[in-house]
Amino acid sequence: MHEWALAEAVITAAQQIAEKEKLKEIKEATIKVGELQQIEQDILRFALSQLKPKSFKNVKFYITKAKTTLKCRACGNTWLFRKDKLDEAIAEAIHFVPEVAHAYIKCPKCGSPDFEISEGRGVWLENIKGVR
Amino acid sequence: MDPRTTVISERLSRIGRIIAVSSGKGGVGKSLLATTLALTLARRGFKVGLFDLDFTSPSTHLIMGVKNVQPKEDKGIVPPVIKGLSYMSLVYFSGDQVAPLRGEDVSNALIELLAVTQWGELDFLVIDMPPGISDAVLDLVRLVKNIEFLIVTTPSLLAFETVKKQVSLLQDLKIPIIGIVENMKMNKAKNIKQKTKKLGLKFLAEIPFDPKVEEAIGDEKKLFDTALANKIKEIATDNAI
Repeated sequence: MHEWALAEAVITAAQQIAEKEKLKEIKEATIKVGELQQIEQDILRFALSQLKPKSFKNVKFYITKAKTTLKCRACGNTWLFRKDKLDEAIAEAIHFVPEVAHAYIKCPKCGSPDFEISEGRGVWLENIKGVR
Repeated sequence: MDPRTTVISERLSRIGRIIAVSSGKGGVGKSLLATTLALTLARRGFKVGLFDLDFTSPSTHLIMGVKNVQPKEDKGIVPPVIKGLSYMSLVYFSGDQVAPLRGEDVSNALIELLAVTQWGELDFLVIDMPPGISDAVLDLVRLVKNIEFLIVTTPSLLAFETVKKQVSLLQDLKIPIIGIVENMKMNKAKNIKQKTKKLGLKFLAEIPFDPKVEEAIGDEKKLFDTALANKIKEIATDNAI
Protein backbone atom coordinates (compact mmCIF):
# COMPACT_ATOMS: atom_id res chain seq x y z
CA MET A 1 0.00 0.00 0.00
CA HIS A 2 3.06 2.18 -0.26
CA GLU A 3 1.65 3.09 -3.70
CA TRP A 4 -0.87 5.37 -1.93
CA ALA A 5 1.89 7.71 -0.75
CA LEU A 6 3.23 7.95 -4.30
CA ALA A 7 -0.28 8.45 -5.73
CA GLU A 8 -0.76 11.34 -3.31
CA ALA A 9 2.51 12.82 -4.57
CA VAL A 10 1.32 12.52 -8.19
CA ILE A 11 -2.00 14.25 -7.40
CA THR A 12 -0.27 17.03 -5.45
CA ALA A 13 2.26 17.57 -8.23
CA ALA A 14 -0.49 17.63 -10.88
CA GLN A 15 -2.45 20.15 -8.80
CA GLN A 16 0.60 22.37 -8.54
CA ILE A 17 1.15 22.27 -12.32
CA ALA A 18 -2.55 22.96 -12.92
CA GLU A 19 -2.41 25.97 -10.63
CA LYS A 20 0.69 27.29 -12.36
CA GLU A 21 -0.85 26.76 -15.82
CA LYS A 22 -4.19 28.18 -14.64
CA LEU A 23 -6.06 24.98 -15.60
CA LYS A 24 -9.58 24.74 -14.19
CA GLU A 25 -10.05 21.08 -15.00
CA ILE A 26 -7.57 18.28 -15.61
CA LYS A 27 -8.49 15.91 -18.43
CA GLU A 28 -5.42 13.69 -18.72
CA ALA A 29 -2.40 12.79 -16.64
CA THR A 30 0.36 10.56 -17.94
CA ILE A 31 2.45 8.76 -15.36
CA LYS A 32 5.56 6.77 -16.13
CA VAL A 33 6.40 3.97 -13.76
CA GLY A 34 9.92 2.57 -13.77
CA GLU A 35 10.18 -1.21 -13.49
CA LEU A 36 12.82 -1.00 -10.76
CA GLN A 37 10.28 0.16 -8.16
CA GLN A 38 7.84 -2.63 -9.11
CA ILE A 39 4.76 -0.49 -8.50
CA GLU A 40 1.46 -2.40 -8.52
CA GLN A 41 -0.30 -0.48 -11.26
CA ASP A 42 -3.79 -1.54 -10.13
CA ILE A 43 -3.17 -0.20 -6.63
CA LEU A 44 -1.66 3.01 -8.00
CA ARG A 45 -4.62 3.51 -10.34
CA PHE A 46 -7.12 2.83 -7.54
CA ALA A 47 -5.30 5.19 -5.15
CA LEU A 48 -5.25 7.92 -7.82
CA SER A 49 -9.00 7.50 -8.38
CA GLN A 50 -9.67 7.74 -4.64
CA LEU A 51 -7.41 10.70 -4.00
CA LYS A 52 -8.32 12.90 -6.97
CA PRO A 53 -9.92 16.25 -6.15
CA LYS A 54 -13.03 17.75 -7.87
CA SER A 55 -11.04 19.44 -10.61
CA PHE A 56 -9.86 15.95 -11.66
CA LYS A 57 -13.33 14.37 -11.80
CA ASN A 58 -13.15 13.57 -15.57
CA VAL A 59 -9.43 12.83 -15.65
CA LYS A 60 -7.98 9.86 -17.48
CA PHE A 61 -4.83 8.47 -15.95
CA TYR A 62 -2.46 6.93 -18.46
CA ILE A 63 0.13 4.77 -16.75
CA THR A 64 3.05 3.59 -18.83
CA LYS A 65 5.71 1.15 -17.74
CA ALA A 66 9.38 1.95 -18.42
CA LYS A 67 12.09 -0.68 -18.52
CA THR A 68 14.97 -0.10 -16.13
CA THR A 69 18.35 0.39 -17.71
CA LEU A 70 21.40 0.08 -15.49
CA LYS A 71 24.83 1.26 -16.60
CA CYS A 72 28.04 0.16 -14.91
CA ARG A 73 30.29 3.08 -14.01
CA ALA A 74 33.33 0.80 -13.83
CA CYS A 75 33.19 -0.99 -17.21
CA GLY A 76 30.43 0.84 -19.10
CA ASN A 77 28.25 -2.27 -19.50
CA THR A 78 24.53 -1.57 -19.90
CA TRP A 79 21.85 -4.08 -18.87
CA LEU A 80 18.17 -4.34 -18.07
CA PHE A 81 16.82 -4.89 -14.54
CA ARG A 82 14.95 -8.19 -14.15
CA LYS A 83 12.82 -8.72 -11.07
CA ASP A 84 12.54 -12.46 -11.67
CA LYS A 85 16.26 -12.84 -11.00
CA LEU A 86 15.87 -11.52 -7.44
CA ASP A 87 14.91 -13.09 -4.15
CA GLU A 88 11.44 -11.92 -3.06
CA ALA A 89 12.67 -10.07 0.06
CA ILE A 90 15.30 -8.22 -1.98
CA ALA A 91 12.74 -7.30 -4.65
CA GLU A 92 10.50 -5.91 -1.90
CA ALA A 93 13.35 -3.86 -0.38
CA ILE A 94 14.03 -2.33 -3.82
CA HIS A 95 10.29 -1.64 -4.18
CA PHE A 96 10.41 0.55 -1.07
CA VAL A 97 13.66 2.38 -1.84
CA PRO A 98 14.95 1.67 -5.37
CA GLU A 99 18.47 2.86 -4.46
CA VAL A 100 19.02 -0.19 -2.25
CA ALA A 101 19.46 -2.00 -5.58
CA HIS A 102 23.10 -0.94 -5.09
CA ALA A 103 23.26 -3.25 -2.08
CA TYR A 104 22.07 -6.31 -3.99
CA ILE A 105 22.72 -5.93 -7.72
CA LYS A 106 26.13 -6.01 -9.36
CA CYS A 107 27.25 -5.49 -12.93
CA PRO A 108 26.82 -8.89 -14.65
CA LYS A 109 30.00 -8.25 -16.63
CA CYS A 110 32.55 -7.00 -14.07
CA GLY A 111 30.78 -7.43 -10.68
CA SER A 112 30.90 -3.77 -9.65
CA PRO A 113 28.04 -2.37 -7.52
CA ASP A 114 28.89 1.10 -8.84
CA PHE A 115 26.22 1.52 -11.50
CA GLU A 116 23.88 4.22 -12.62
CA ILE A 117 20.11 3.86 -12.85
CA SER A 118 19.94 5.42 -16.31
CA GLU A 119 16.21 4.94 -16.89
CA GLY A 120 13.11 3.50 -15.26
CA ARG A 121 13.69 4.23 -11.57
CA GLY A 122 10.28 5.05 -10.11
CA VAL A 123 7.13 7.13 -10.48
CA TRP A 124 7.31 10.12 -12.79
CA LEU A 125 4.58 12.57 -13.81
CA GLU A 126 5.14 12.91 -17.58
CA ASN A 127 2.50 15.50 -18.39
CA ILE A 128 -1.00 16.73 -17.71
CA LYS A 129 -3.63 18.14 -20.04
CA GLY A 130 -6.56 20.27 -19.02
CA VAL A 131 -8.80 23.21 -19.83
CA ARG A 132 -8.43 26.82 -18.73
CA MET B 1 8.28 16.01 -13.09
CA ASP B 2 9.37 14.13 -10.01
CA PRO B 3 6.16 14.22 -7.94
CA ARG B 4 7.72 13.07 -4.66
CA THR B 5 9.02 16.41 -3.39
CA THR B 6 5.50 17.89 -3.43
CA VAL B 7 4.28 15.80 -0.48
CA ILE B 8 7.29 16.12 1.82
CA SER B 9 5.99 19.17 3.70
CA GLU B 10 2.66 17.37 4.24
CA ARG B 11 4.46 14.28 5.61
CA LEU B 12 6.36 16.46 8.11
CA SER B 13 3.46 18.79 8.90
CA ARG B 14 2.62 17.26 12.28
CA ILE B 15 6.14 17.34 13.64
CA GLY B 16 6.92 20.07 16.17
CA ARG B 17 10.67 20.38 15.72
CA ILE B 18 13.12 18.74 13.35
CA ILE B 19 16.68 18.61 14.66
CA ALA B 20 19.55 17.47 12.43
CA VAL B 21 22.56 16.28 14.44
CA SER B 22 25.45 17.03 12.19
CA SER B 23 29.18 17.64 11.88
CA GLY B 24 31.73 18.48 9.23
CA LYS B 25 33.77 15.43 10.27
CA GLY B 26 33.03 11.77 10.81
CA GLY B 27 33.81 9.92 14.03
CA VAL B 28 32.84 12.74 16.37
CA GLY B 29 29.90 10.88 17.95
CA LYS B 30 26.95 12.20 15.97
CA SER B 31 25.03 8.92 15.93
CA LEU B 32 25.50 8.31 19.66
CA LEU B 33 24.51 11.87 20.42
CA ALA B 34 21.48 11.81 18.09
CA THR B 35 20.25 8.49 19.49
CA THR B 36 20.79 9.51 23.11
CA LEU B 37 19.10 12.86 22.53
CA ALA B 38 16.08 11.15 20.94
CA LEU B 39 15.84 8.58 23.75
CA THR B 40 16.21 11.31 26.40
CA LEU B 41 13.43 13.40 24.88
CA ALA B 42 11.21 10.29 24.72
CA ARG B 43 11.94 9.55 28.38
CA ARG B 44 10.78 13.09 29.17
CA GLY B 45 7.41 12.16 27.71
CA PHE B 46 7.70 13.67 24.25
CA LYS B 47 6.68 11.86 21.07
CA VAL B 48 9.96 11.45 19.25
CA GLY B 49 11.17 10.08 15.93
CA LEU B 50 14.72 9.12 14.98
CA PHE B 51 15.73 9.07 11.32
CA ASP B 52 19.13 7.66 10.35
CA LEU B 53 20.22 9.56 7.28
CA ASP B 54 23.73 8.18 7.22
CA PHE B 55 22.73 5.82 4.41
CA THR B 56 26.17 4.46 3.56
CA SER B 57 27.34 3.98 7.16
CA PRO B 58 24.23 3.69 9.33
CA SER B 59 24.83 2.93 13.01
CA THR B 60 21.88 4.12 15.11
CA HIS B 61 20.30 0.64 14.79
CA LEU B 62 23.41 -0.82 16.48
CA ILE B 63 23.29 1.77 19.27
CA MET B 64 19.59 1.01 19.81
CA GLY B 65 20.08 -2.75 19.49
CA VAL B 66 17.45 -2.98 16.72
CA LYS B 67 16.99 -6.49 15.35
CA ASN B 68 14.40 -8.26 13.21
CA VAL B 69 12.06 -5.30 12.88
CA GLN B 70 10.40 -4.06 9.71
CA PRO B 71 8.24 -1.00 9.07
CA LYS B 72 4.55 -1.46 8.25
CA GLU B 73 2.87 -0.36 5.05
CA ASP B 74 -0.14 1.88 5.49
CA LYS B 75 -0.58 4.48 2.77
CA GLY B 76 3.18 4.79 2.89
CA ILE B 77 5.73 3.39 5.32
CA VAL B 78 5.00 3.60 9.04
CA PRO B 79 8.17 3.54 11.18
CA PRO B 80 8.06 0.95 13.95
CA VAL B 81 8.23 2.25 17.52
CA ILE B 82 11.42 0.98 19.12
CA LYS B 83 12.36 1.90 22.70
CA GLY B 84 9.73 4.64 22.52
CA LEU B 85 11.05 6.13 19.26
CA SER B 86 9.45 6.07 15.82
CA TYR B 87 12.53 4.77 14.11
CA MET B 88 13.43 4.88 10.41
CA SER B 89 16.61 3.71 8.77
CA LEU B 90 17.68 2.42 5.37
CA VAL B 91 18.91 -0.74 7.13
CA TYR B 92 15.33 -2.05 7.08
CA PHE B 93 15.86 -2.39 3.34
CA SER B 94 19.61 -2.80 2.87
CA GLY B 95 20.13 -5.17 5.82
CA ASP B 96 23.77 -5.98 6.51
CA GLN B 97 24.73 -5.34 2.89
CA VAL B 98 26.97 -2.44 1.99
CA ALA B 99 24.99 0.20 0.08
CA PRO B 100 27.50 2.09 -2.08
CA LEU B 101 25.49 5.18 -2.99
CA ARG B 102 26.71 8.15 -4.97
CA GLY B 103 25.37 11.65 -4.34
CA GLU B 104 22.47 11.34 -6.76
CA ASP B 105 21.42 8.02 -5.21
CA VAL B 106 21.62 9.51 -1.70
CA SER B 107 19.35 12.36 -2.84
CA ASN B 108 16.89 9.95 -4.44
CA ALA B 109 16.75 7.65 -1.41
CA LEU B 110 16.34 10.65 0.89
CA ILE B 111 13.52 12.10 -1.19
CA GLU B 112 11.83 8.68 -1.38
CA LEU B 113 11.91 8.17 2.39
CA LEU B 114 10.77 11.72 3.11
CA ALA B 115 7.90 11.29 0.63
CA VAL B 116 6.61 7.92 1.83
CA THR B 117 7.34 7.82 5.56
CA GLN B 118 4.21 8.45 7.62
CA TRP B 119 5.64 9.91 10.83
CA GLY B 120 2.28 11.09 12.13
CA GLU B 121 2.30 13.44 15.10
CA LEU B 122 5.66 13.98 16.79
CA ASP B 123 7.07 16.61 19.13
CA PHE B 124 10.59 16.04 17.84
CA LEU B 125 12.20 14.33 14.88
CA VAL B 126 15.93 13.84 15.45
CA ILE B 127 17.98 13.18 12.32
CA ASP B 128 21.36 11.49 12.42
CA MET B 129 23.21 13.10 9.53
CA PRO B 130 26.10 11.73 7.50
CA PRO B 131 29.36 13.63 8.01
CA GLY B 132 30.19 16.63 5.87
CA ILE B 133 28.22 19.16 3.90
CA SER B 134 27.36 17.22 0.79
CA ASP B 135 24.09 16.06 -0.75
CA ALA B 136 22.17 15.01 2.38
CA VAL B 137 22.68 18.39 4.09
CA LEU B 138 21.91 20.38 0.95
CA ASP B 139 18.79 18.31 0.20
CA LEU B 140 17.48 18.54 3.74
CA VAL B 141 17.79 22.30 3.95
CA ARG B 142 16.11 22.53 0.54
CA LEU B 143 13.24 20.17 1.33
CA VAL B 144 12.61 20.52 5.07
CA LYS B 145 11.48 24.04 5.78
CA ASN B 146 11.69 24.11 9.58
CA ILE B 147 14.94 22.22 10.07
CA GLU B 148 17.41 23.19 12.82
CA PHE B 149 20.96 21.96 13.24
CA LEU B 150 22.77 20.78 16.32
CA ILE B 151 26.46 20.56 15.53
CA VAL B 152 28.94 18.17 17.08
CA THR B 153 32.69 18.61 17.24
CA THR B 154 35.57 17.09 19.15
CA PRO B 155 38.32 19.15 20.83
CA SER B 156 40.42 18.60 17.68
CA LEU B 157 41.06 21.68 15.61
CA LEU B 158 40.70 19.46 12.55
CA ALA B 159 37.10 18.74 13.50
CA PHE B 160 36.37 22.32 14.47
CA GLU B 161 37.75 23.72 11.20
CA THR B 162 35.21 21.63 9.25
CA VAL B 163 32.48 22.65 11.69
CA LYS B 164 33.29 26.30 10.96
CA LYS B 165 32.74 25.68 7.25
CA GLN B 166 29.45 23.96 7.96
CA VAL B 167 28.33 26.81 10.21
CA SER B 168 29.22 29.32 7.52
CA LEU B 169 27.15 27.42 4.94
CA LEU B 170 24.14 27.12 7.26
CA GLN B 171 24.35 30.77 8.21
CA ASP B 172 24.48 31.76 4.53
CA LEU B 173 21.38 29.65 3.96
CA LYS B 174 19.73 31.22 7.05
CA ILE B 175 19.22 27.83 8.71
CA PRO B 176 18.89 27.98 12.52
CA ILE B 177 21.73 26.42 14.51
CA ILE B 178 20.78 25.36 18.03
CA GLY B 179 24.41 25.27 19.12
CA ILE B 180 27.60 23.26 19.28
CA VAL B 181 28.43 20.28 21.47
CA GLU B 182 32.07 19.44 22.18
CA ASN B 183 32.28 15.67 22.48
CA MET B 184 35.03 13.30 23.68
CA LYS B 185 36.79 15.94 25.72
CA MET B 186 39.94 14.80 27.50
CA ASN B 187 41.24 18.00 29.08
CA LYS B 188 39.97 21.26 30.49
CA ALA B 189 40.86 23.50 27.54
CA LYS B 190 38.27 26.13 26.77
CA ASN B 191 39.31 26.95 23.22
CA ILE B 192 36.33 25.28 21.49
CA LYS B 193 33.93 27.06 23.83
CA GLN B 194 35.58 30.40 23.07
CA LYS B 195 35.66 29.74 19.33
CA THR B 196 31.99 28.76 19.38
CA LYS B 197 31.12 32.05 21.05
CA LYS B 198 33.19 33.90 18.45
CA LEU B 199 30.98 32.35 15.79
CA GLY B 200 28.01 33.83 17.61
CA LEU B 201 26.68 30.38 18.54
CA LYS B 202 25.54 28.79 21.76
CA PHE B 203 27.99 26.34 23.35
CA LEU B 204 25.63 23.62 24.53
CA ALA B 205 27.89 21.24 26.43
CA GLU B 206 31.28 19.64 26.76
CA ILE B 207 31.02 15.89 27.02
CA PRO B 208 33.98 14.09 28.56
CA PHE B 209 35.44 11.06 26.81
CA ASP B 210 33.85 8.09 28.53
CA PRO B 211 35.10 4.56 27.72
CA LYS B 212 31.81 3.19 29.08
CA VAL B 213 30.04 4.50 25.96
CA GLU B 214 31.57 1.79 23.76
CA GLU B 215 30.36 -0.93 26.15
CA ALA B 216 26.89 0.62 26.08
CA ILE B 217 26.33 0.10 22.36
CA GLY B 218 23.13 -1.89 21.96
CA ASP B 219 22.20 -1.49 25.63
CA GLU B 220 19.96 1.45 26.48
CA LYS B 221 20.30 0.95 30.25
CA LYS B 222 24.11 1.12 30.10
CA LEU B 223 23.93 4.06 27.68
CA PHE B 224 21.97 6.08 30.22
CA ASP B 225 24.69 5.41 32.74
CA THR B 226 27.35 7.27 30.75
CA ALA B 227 28.72 10.79 30.99
CA LEU B 228 27.37 11.34 27.46
CA ALA B 229 23.79 10.59 28.54
CA ASN B 230 24.12 12.77 31.64
CA LYS B 231 25.24 15.75 29.59
CA ILE B 232 22.54 15.19 26.96
CA LYS B 233 20.00 15.06 29.76
CA GLU B 234 21.22 18.46 30.91
CA ILE B 235 20.87 19.87 27.39
CA ALA B 236 17.42 18.37 26.97
CA THR B 237 16.10 19.59 30.32
CA ASP B 238 17.82 22.95 30.31
CA ASN B 239 15.55 24.41 27.64
CA ALA B 240 18.74 24.59 25.56
CA ILE B 241 16.93 22.60 22.90
